[in-house]
Formats: sequence, C-alpha cells, structure tokens
Amino acid sequence: MVQALGHITINSVRDLGKAGWFLLYSFYMIVRRPGSLVHILKQMRFIGTKSLFVIVLTAAFTGMVLGLQGYYTLAKFGSEGMLGVAVALSLIRELGPVLAALMVTGRAGSAITAEIGIMRISEQIDALETMALDPFKYLVTPKFIAAMISLPLLCAIFDVIGIYGGWLVGVKLLGVNPGAYFYEMEKSVVWRDVYSGFVKSFSFGVIIAWISCYKGYYAGHGAEGVSRATTEAVVLTSVLILVWDYFLTSVLL
Amino acid sequence: MITLRNVHKSFGFQKVLDGLDLDIPEGKITAIIGPSGEGKSVLLKHLIGLLHPDSGQVQVDGESMVGVRRSQLNRIREKFGMLFQNVALFDSMTVYENVAFPLQEKTKLSKNEIRHLVLDALEDVGLKNIENKYPDELSGGMKKRVGLARAVVLNPKIILFDEPTTGLDPIIKRAIHQLIKDTHAKFGYTAVIVSHEIPEIFDVAQNVAMLYRGKILQQGSPEEIENSDHPAVRQFISGSLDGPIHMI
Repeated sequence: MVQALGHITINSVRDLGKAGWFLLYSFYMIVRRPGSLVHILKQMRFIGTKSLFVIVLTAAFTGMVLGLQGYYTLAKFGSEGMLGVAVALSLIRELGPVLAALMVTGRAGSAITAEIGIMRISEQIDALETMALDPFKYLVTPKFIAAMISLPLLCAIFDVIGIYGGWLVGVKLLGVNPGAYFYEMEKSVVWRDVYSGFVKSFSFGVIIAWISCYKGYYAGHGAEGVSRATTEAVVLTSVLILVWDYFLTSVLL
Repeated sequence: MITLRNVHKSFGFQKVLDGLDLDIPEGKITAIIGPSGEGKSVLLKHLIGLLHPDSGQVQVDGESMVGVRRSQLNRIREKFGMLFQNVALFDSMTVYENVAFPLQEKTKLSKNEIRHLVLDALEDVGLKNIENKYPDELSGGMKKRVGLARAVVLNPKIILFDEPTTGLDPIIKRAIHQLIKDTHAKFGYTAVIVSHEIPEIFDVAQNVAMLYRGKILQQGSPEEIENSDHPAVRQFISGSLDGPIHMI
C-alpha cells in the first residue's frame, strides 16, 4: 500500500518533469530552429483553417444561447438594452477563448497525438534520429508555432460570429433595440477585455500543442498505446485549459 | 571501428546486456546472430545511440557515444545509416520523398542533383517507376529495398541492418543479401547485420558474433563459427532443441 503510493508519486513527479522538459525544449527549438515555413503553413492549415467550420458552428449557437439566456436575465431588471454588453463580454473575456480551444483540442489535438504516436510506434521518430535530424524540428515546433498563431485568430472569429449570433436572437427574434445592442457594447468593451482574451487563447494554443505533442511523443506500445495517449491528451488538455483559464482570469481581471 | 566495453542494459528487472564486449571491424560485414529475444536489436540501437547503456562504453572511431551532448551525438550519427526491422519509412511521404529526404535535409545539393542521386539509389536496389507510390502500397520486400536505398543514399561509413530479411520469401531474401553484398562492394561501408538467417548469413558476412545471455559468446570468421565446438553455438546453428539453450 505505502509502496504503491510511493510508486505512483515518484512516477507522477517524473512524468511532470519530463513534460516540463518537453515544453522548455520546444521553446528552445522554436528559437533555434523553427522548422521550414512550408511545415508551419501546413500545420496552420490543419489546426486553423480546417477548424473553421466547427468554430463557426459552435460560435453561432453559443452566441444565440447567450442572447436567449441574457435576455431572460436582463429582462427581469428591465435592462434588455444591455444585452449586447452581456453577450460581448462573456464571449470576448471567457467563452470565445475557452470554447474555441476546447473545439480545437477535440478536432486537432487528438489528431496531433495520434499522428506523432503512430510515428513513434512505427520507429519513424527513431529513423529521424538515426539521420542525425532532430524530430522536434519536423514534428513539434511547426505545430507549436501554428497553434500559437491559429488559436487567437480562431478565437477572434469565434467572438465575432458569437456576437452576431446573440444579435440574431436578441434583436431579430426578441426585439431588443438594434442601436442599443451595438452602442452599449462599444461603450463598455475596453481594450483590456480584448487583450485578456488574446492572452488566454494564445496560452491555450501552447497548452494544446504541448500536451498533444508530448503524449504522442511518449506513446506506449502498439495501437493500444496510441489510443490511450490520444484519450489522455484530450482529457488532460481540456482540464488544463479550464484550470489555467481560472488562474489567468484571476490575474488578468 | 566500433567498440563496446562492459556494456550493461536492463529494462526493469530484465537484464538484456550483461557486460558485453564487442569490436566491429571497419569496412567489413559483421553479422550478429543469436536466439530471439536475446537483445540483438537492443545491441544495434546502442551502436547508434538510440539506446544508452546503464553502464559501460560505446565508441565509434574512438569517440564516445555515452553521456555526450546531443550535438556531439548527432555529429557521430552522420556516419551512420540504418535499416529498421519494420523499415520505418515515412508513411506520409512517397518513395521518392523518402529517399530524397536525407539529401534535402543534410546537403545543399540542387533539386536536379538530388533527383539523380535518388533515382540512382533506387536503381541500385532494383526499383524503377515506383517513385510516386506511398510505402503502404508496396510489398514487404520492396519496402526493405526502399529502406536500403534511403540508408545508402548519403553514402554513410557505417550501415546498421536490423533483420533485413525477416518475413520475406526465399528469393527476395537472397536478393536482399545480394544487394547488401553489392552495395558493400561498391561503397565499402562497415555493415552490422542482425540476422536469423542461418546458414545464408555466413555467405554474406565476413565476421560473425553470437549474442547469448547478454554477452558475445563467440566471434570469428563464418568458418570459425560454423565449426565452433561451443555447445550453445552448435545448437543454435543446427537449430536443435537439445542443448544449453532452452526454448520450451
């Protein structure tokens, strides 16, 4: 019992150290050898462009439901005119970065882990090493850079689509004054809100690339090892995004 | 010349290499034979620094591979080419891109020069008109030959072969062995082959070492090994169930 507990503790500390080293080395490599532009653009297409559809879809419905819920709450105080502010602030400060990151985790993060994991178990990563080439340059840094650029952009798109989703429900369906919706929004949303959303989505990009690449890079044996790595990557990334979101919010607020 | 001195390696409680000493002579084909699961692939991975010994020394041309910086390791690795047991071709690249990859990344040759070298290397291994296929469209024997082309294309000093003929039919097996001999004669590299192919490997290799229980049991010319009076070596070569090696 005590032995097992000690074993688990030692293993988790070691994993933590390995993951930390992985992150540090990734940043070192981003500075030293960021990889070719072609690789980075390919990854941006995969992480960014191909996530657009799912981002637009979730953003539209998130904005619409915010419109509904916000209207319901604000109507109790007779201040439906503030709906635009409520929708925009929730999206820009919180829901945009978080939901966009969670969608990208499900769509691209899992695929990154599976891709690197399969390369690990089929010895393709070893093959790169035997050619005296650093696997990070080809497999890890392009994904880091792509995620760090794509996530803030996806988040921005999420915010805009969401705000129009709220507008559709609030203004067109529930009859909020269209002028008030945008005027109040413009008055209340400050640069700091946008900035905090940007910082969040940027750091979520780092988390997604970090955990997905790390889990794939150290995938276990065979198909089962890759499937376990993929599951762990998605769960861990999602949890980390929410935990980190809390800390960032408390600092940035 | 590659030398291993007193190399120990364990995975968990399982001892794989137990104080192993081995000299691999330059410019010759050295075969490493021995029962399955004795750690021949593990030994091969130590030579190129994919695995590191728990204790002991691995030296390539007098330079240590153990406990050195990554840049130093990579500099020594430039002398190597390796053909993996399952070939490990990059499966999202075509055959052409696979063979061209080390040239693009490690040399400053023009596209045209690379094209020539790649097509030459593919022709050396008897492959034509498959440049645009993907690895999963190829048979096992073709994959091995593409892997061989990728391993020789940078003209390395040392090439490691991890069971290059396992799972192939007898004719392709012979063809692969012939290709190794031909490319060796052409380029003069140092070859290390992990193999189960008894007795065919004795025609290919100039130097044979038998790995057993984490040590090199005997090393010598193919004739010496074939005529060995060591009971475990004799049993392994004859494929007999009786003897010091217990499989069942």
